[in-house]
Amino acid sequence: MQQAFAEKQALRISGSGSKLLSGRAVSALPLDITMHQGIVEYVPTELVITARAGTPLQELESVLAESGQMLPFEPPHLGEGATLGGTIACGLSGPRRPYAGAARDFTLGTRIINGRGELLRFGGQVMKNVAGYDVSRLMVGAQGTLGVLLDISLKVLPQPACEHTLVIDMDAATAIITMTQLANVALPLTAACHLPATSQQTAQLYLRLSGAKEAVMAAVAFIKNKKLKNKKLKNRKFRNKEPENKQPTTFVTENVTEKKNGDGQACAFWRDLRERRLPFFTDAGALWRLSVPPATPVFHETLPGECLLDWGGAQRWLKTDASADAVRAATEKTGGHATLLNQHGAVPAPLSPVLATMHRQVKMAFDPEGILNPGRLYEGL
Amino acid sequence: MQAESQSVLANQLVTLFRQFLAAGSVLSREEERRPYECDGLSVYRQLPLLVVLPETVEQVQQVLRICSEYKVPVVARGAGTGLSGGALPLADGVLLSLAKFSRILDIDLQNRCARVQPGVRNLAISEAVAAHNLYYAPDPSSQIACSIGGNVAENAGGVHCLKYGLTVHNILKLEIVTMEGERLTIGSDALDAPGFDLLALFTGSEGMLGVIVEVTVKLLPKPEAVQVLLAAFDDVVKAGDAVGKIIAGGIIPAGLEMMDNPAIRAAEAFARAGYPEDAVAILLCELDGSQQDVEVQVGQVKMILQDCGATDVRVAASATEREKFWKGRKAAFPAVGRISPDYYCMDGTIPRHQLAKVLEGIAALSEEYSLPVANVFHAGDGNLHPLILFDASRPGELERTEAMGGRILDLCVAVGGTITGEHGVGIEKIEQMCHQFSSAELQQMHALKAAFDPAGLLNPGKAVPTLHRCAEFGAMHVHHGEVPFPELERF
Repeated sequence: MQQAFAEKQALRISGSGSKLLSGRAVSALPLDITMHQGIVEYVPTELVITARAGTPLQELESVLAESGQMLPFEPPHLGEGATLGGTIACGLSGPRRPYAGAARDFTLGTRIINGRGELLRFGGQVMKNVAGYDVSRLMVGAQGTLGVLLDISLKVLPQPACEHTLVIDMDAATAIITMTQLANVALPLTAACHLPATSQQTAQLYLRLSGAKEAVMAAVAFIKNKKLKNKKLKNRKFRNKEPENKQPTTFVTENVTEKKNGDGQACAFWRDLRERRLPFFTDAGALWRLSVPPATPVFHETLPGECLLDWGGAQRWLKTDASADAVRAATEKTGGHATLLNQHGAVPAPLSPVLATMHRQVKMAFDPEGILNPGRLYEGL
Repeated sequence: MQAESQSVLANQLVTLFRQFLAAGSVLSREEERRPYECDGLSVYRQLPLLVVLPETVEQVQQVLRICSEYKVPVVARGAGTGLSGGALPLADGVLLSLAKFSRILDIDLQNRCARVQPGVRNLAISEAVAAHNLYYAPDPSSQIACSIGGNVAENAGGVHCLKYGLTVHNILKLEIVTMEGERLTIGSDALDAPGFDLLALFTGSEGMLGVIVEVTVKLLPKPEAVQVLLAAFDDVVKAGDAVGKIIAGGIIPAGLEMMDNPAIRAAEAFARAGYPEDAVAILLCELDGSQQDVEVQVGQVKMILQDCGATDVRVAASATEREKFWKGRKAAFPAVGRISPDYYCMDGTIPRHQLAKVLEGIAALSEEYSLPVANVFHAGDGNLHPLILFDASRPGELERTEAMGGRILDLCVAVGGTITGEHGVGIEKIEQMCHQFSSAELQQMHALKAAFDPAGLLNPGKAVPTLHRCAEFGAMHVHHGEVPFPELERF
């Protein structure tokens, strides 16, 4: 690294390559971190695990599962050999994200090498730590442009004793209202996703409830009794745009998974959603990821196309013929942002000029010669 | 000579500020500036050059532009409840109070968030949304007084952090004004934002990177049921084991607090919470969730506590008793204040399994320095608050207390912990930063500050020590005949 800094040699930090398409393409000398692997420290009662960046995510998750624990942000692997480093660098989180938190929320500490070749440690292995700037969380989602991740300490949580998935026939507009209502009640909800209708299947809302068996069963009963139906939406912003009164009608399926790490149908559904392997994702073509306030109404009018709602409505996957400008404009109007995923990689929403300047200055502070994954996040970053 | 040039500068600034601020919003007379001379850590005091109280973001921008132009340092201040001297003014600097930014701007029930000005009190947010069955989770013990802007600047915690996280986990978006007067938005109304996670970087940055002028906080639905258990132990190690076993049992309590005997006795004398005064340690365990969840967990926790050798386990029989259990813990600081003329609150965080070792170390230090200590401990997340009892009117006792506090923090770092869990570094723990971080790490932090504040005018001298300063501290430690971390590079 020090040599690369001295020679201004650009480096492409590489793991298993599972997330090549999660950012922009980088052409530079590869720096392979897959050999830097292994768990450094894990005391289950501390709820903290520290592992090297090259550790396969699968291995990490099995070690946690042996102690009945898990990574609460349910990270997408996006490939067989996905590493911890790539997962944290890309900052990706799965279906549990709106209810448990994101990759950055569980990152407690990191050891990195910055663009000057200096070995630095930030944060630590404790839950609460406000000594110095939170550089560890800054690394999450920075895609290796600020430092090479060496070790990462993460907060972990116990696995739920029981999981239960409800599948309900419902259109998207009603699903958004339902998911919003459910999120306003203290329920053990850990995932909520809506699939658009296909030629074989009507549109459906999937809800996952997790926790102690008694609590999960009570929540299932609560939802099935449609107690929510009587609750008027107290929405100020969207009151006039409420869709027609289509309340939940049929409860088609219930999938109960009580065995830990069970491999039932419901488990497979959530895993395939997390890994973007559901049929919705399989046909090629441009895919948009819209990150929006969860109660944002359906985009049908402004953005025609098929839309899958995840994260209780806060993450929406859109297949559309609408122009990139139209998609970005419609998303920004909600207070969110859109990322285009295509065969070349991921194109995030452009930054405002003042934010772009800030980003360049932050980059300079860590990597003055611009040798770390140049251009991976944005041009010039 | 210096005083003269300062008063010329002050007069110049007053003229400039009064062009857009009301006369009552620019405080220059000594008696007007006096109330701002310290924050919650009152052992450090300094009169600011001037105090300004703008009301609009545009006014904040103008103040900062002028200060940038005249190279005048600025310290932002919220409610001034901070415990590390982060809002301690500078003699040659402007104190920027955000007290007038006290409005809740918008409550979005659908998306469960609220847009508030930085001077809004922490508890006022929960109160404003209570009727909708929502609340704002982080609850630092100063929550009736502390403001949300300060909470963000310090990444404030509270007793419910283990389950509900810190400030950084509970905010969505910030509006910031840079030292150069530029306004920018970081984060978004969605769950994430493109680019670097500047939201995380700004949270806990102690007013060093920008001035927070608006905060969007997340709101959570109130749990359906809450229950509190109180367990007494005749041994601190047993109490510590119980904490580990509760968590190993797959239970994440909403709050898990420990107090040692001196803290128990002080709290009981003050709050009459019904604590067993002969116990060596007590644990308070709050469980929340659905009715069913809480019932199941209360049973499990009760069993674990008994298995770990608790001499007494009580489950609050009513909401009143629950409040009573908490009352003692929440009154622990003022209660200790009553039994001692002064106390000094530390804030180290340690890996929980090191608890026994650290408590032993603290007891040894207490003897060495002849200063009693009462321990209050956020046991769930490893955040220790040893309270060193002293009398500032006795010559040399404050210095001895600070020296002992420093040793406690060194001990926390040595066992893999950190010098501050939730109170911030401020001016108070600046020396200990030299022990926790290497010179390259500190330099990286300075470079990061320069990215936002190249002239170094925002809250200079706080949070991150200069290498020069570390060298001086290093020398002082050698003088005491001990270098805590000989492997660290010294300047």
